[in-house]
Amino acid sequence: MLNFPIYLDHNATTPCDPRVVEAMIPYFTNSFGNAASRNHPFGWQAEEAVDYAREQVAKLIGADPKEIIFTSGATEGDNLGIKGVFEMYASKGNHIITCNIEHKAVLDTCKHIEKEGGEVTYLKVKDNGLVDLAELEAAIKPTTILIAIMYANNEIGTINPMKEISAIARKHGVLVFTDAVQAVGKIPVDVNKDGIDLMAFTAHKMYGPKGVGALYVRRKNPRVKVTAQIDGGGHERGMRSGTLNVPGIVGFGKACEICMNEMEEETKRVSALRDKLQNELLKVEESYLNGDKEHKLPHVTNISFKYVEGEGLMMGFNKNIAVSSGSACTSASLEPSYVLKALGLGDDLAHSSLRFGLGRFTTEEQIDYTIEQVTNTVNKLREMSPLWEMYKEGIDMNSIEWAHH
Amino acid sequence: MAYSEKVIDHYQNPKNVGTLDKSKANVGTGLVGAPECGDVMRLQIEVDEATGVIKDAKFKTFGCGSAIASSSLATEWLKGKSVDEAITIDNMTIVEELNLPPVKIHCSVLAEDAIKAAVNDYRKKNGLPELKFEESVIH
Repeated sequence: MLNFPIYLDHNATTPCDPRVVEAMIPYFTNSFGNAASRNHPFGWQAEEAVDYAREQVAKLIGADPKEIIFTSGATEGDNLGIKGVFEMYASKGNHIITCNIEHKAVLDTCKHIEKEGGEVTYLKVKDNGLVDLAELEAAIKPTTILIAIMYANNEIGTINPMKEISAIARKHGVLVFTDAVQAVGKIPVDVNKDGIDLMAFTAHKMYGPKGVGALYVRRKNPRVKVTAQIDGGGHERGMRSGTLNVPGIVGFGKACEICMNEMEEETKRVSALRDKLQNELLKVEESYLNGDKEHKLPHVTNISFKYVEGEGLMMGFNKNIAVSSGSACTSASLEPSYVLKALGLGDDLAHSSLRFGLGRFTTEEQIDYTIEQVTNTVNKLREMSPLWEMYKEGIDMNSIEWAHH
Repeated sequence: MAYSEKVIDHYQNPKNVGTLDKSKANVGTGLVGAPECGDVMRLQIEVDEATGVIKDAKFKTFGCGSAIASSSLATEWLKGKSVDEAITIDNMTIVEELNLPPVKIHCSVLAEDAIKAAVNDYRKKNGLPELKFEESVIH
């Protein structure tokens, strides 16, 4: 039996795993202590719970627990990691390299740094969404202090070659920061094997609660330091003040443990469903896969259905199926996704895209229903689309003088 | 953002989807918007030459639900109106009828522009001077 609505937007957020919620509950009521209260059992209990969670989180990414700084989420981790390095290493240089399909939390942080006197290079990604390693290396200068490249992209799911990126960075003595929100918990991420110096990630993208995340900060080879962005009681070894979100952290730890134990099996199951969805939808005439087909997260696919508009398309089934679109018809700017445009897609294809994000609780029945609904709606809207009619009549749409508005 | 029931109804049961024969002298065609903007609307009117009344109207739209609903509604309103009456259809009346939120007002503007373009195409075909319209304000 299908229960509606079906959730296929797991790159936006994930539901909490019931096992995570169960682990958190005692820390709201009985074990409510402040982890910084060092002089009584309430504080000890909270501190112990945080320490345990720190181990669970560290283990998932192959780090030492002392290298985990708890934050409110990945946006804070991105800010702390990038601004923190920029300020801490000001005497070494002021140049940061990033790419043009990063999340806004990274791009806007970089823009802020430019206002503060920093210099930022925004690398253009290749048409498949991946960073060009030769361009990356060519962009490094004597003043470069940081390379900030996302592990995996949130819209198209492409995975960057982090090992190769960090090898280049090492060669030039530059630190590597990565926003790994979409990757951690979904694919094996190991900060040592991948050569990562700083990494931001968050609980709510991996079946944990919202409002808690972590910044990994390397302690050895090299020892990395960041300037705190929030001042106060000196929590988290002075790098992030503020009373620890104990229940959130406990849930985050549990979520990491579950991902660690179940990743292999879950990846097999979810990627099979994703492949089915992707293959069936690519059978629709004039549909196009966005982003690299191989170097991609197991649970995401992003497809453009030419000659239909994404938001109109979603409206055909969004009472029952939750997905997202690269069309920005709802935003005041009317600009479609900057990520899709960076891949060289025309605005028309960017407006026609849907992102499907599968997850732990997605079933084959849901995927079958989605294939049917999306295909039917595309066909229905094409019957209504003047562009589809022109395409079928062989009219060159570039020959038309469109009234841009 | 939730859509109004009227928008949903027009989206699910659009009125007057289709194509009129644009080679006929009594058919006016308006094609407005651009694929890059995510909206293209084609609106056509067929005029009864004896009475000057619009006897049929058809549309095809590439766009969001509000754009589809705006054009569907426009074709309904056009039928039975004279060509001169047709150009008095104001985008804000469409906004009110469909309860469009502010971010969707451009969909109604596009429908109004499509009507004007179709009327002018009809006028041109029939040797009448094209009407000059003030640039729509919200774009």
